[in-house]
Amino acid sequence: MRFLTDRKRAVGMGSAREGTHHHWQHLVSSILLQVLIPLFVFTFAYSLGGTQEEVVAYYARPFPLIVTVLTLIVGMLHLLREVHEAIEDYVHGTAQKLALVATQGFAYTVIAVGLIALAKIAL
Amino acid sequence: MAETKQSNRPLSPHLTIYRPQLTSMSSIFVRITAIAIFALAIFPAWWLLAAATSESAFAFIDGLMRSWLGDLVLFGATFAIFYHMLGRLRHAIWDLGYFVEVRESENMAIIMIIASVAMAFLVAIIF
Repeated sequence: MRFLTDRKRAVGMGSAREGTHHHWQHLVSSILLQVLIPLFVFTFAYSLGGTQEEVVAYYARPFPLIVTVLTLIVGMLHLLREVHEAIEDYVHGTAQKLALVATQGFAYTVIAVGLIALAKIAL
Repeated sequence: MAETKQSNRPLSPHLTIYRPQLTSMSSIFVRITAIAIFALAIFPAWWLLAAATSESAFAFIDGLMRSWLGDLVLFGATFAIFYHMLGRLRHAIWDLGYFVEVRESENMAIIMIIASVAMAFLVAIIF
């Protein structure tokens, strides 16, 4: 007989104790993006089709600039949480850890590329 | 008392043998669209960086995104982004405690599908 109670055996095996924060952050970004996404889609669709000079001039204006900066940050971090949730559900062990790292690297890279481009255009 | 017991209890139905329903399928599609947009997000970022860099860099990616394949992908992405947005709006409504009945959830799923397809066509026609 082992001197472990059923409760003791279960402690540490269940919740990662961080789900509520993830869930709350996701609810917040979900609601924020209800405003940002239509604005981003309309501004991006409007700018696509112009010449390089027209595109640069368009994104130098404050409104499309701010909308795109916000969508890049809030949107990519939201999608990163979506993808992490999917990975945590379907990929396990070392593959899961590497997939979490790779997707986080990808999301940060996209944000950096977009922000650096907009900084070059705007400044 | 502390031995790991093999359970004979019935397990909840697994995804592969569960009858597809409007509620479950519309929810799974929220996840699929999220993964698709996540991967495609590199293209607008690349396009902006190219616009900030040089004429030739912009000409390449701009040509790619405005080709027929680019148009098709952008149309799909526009649908996906609006579908996902409305899917997350549905989750927010559920989280606040409203429309949690099956009938109401199914109605919201139908609205999500119709509205996101309509938005994709609207954006494609206007711009």
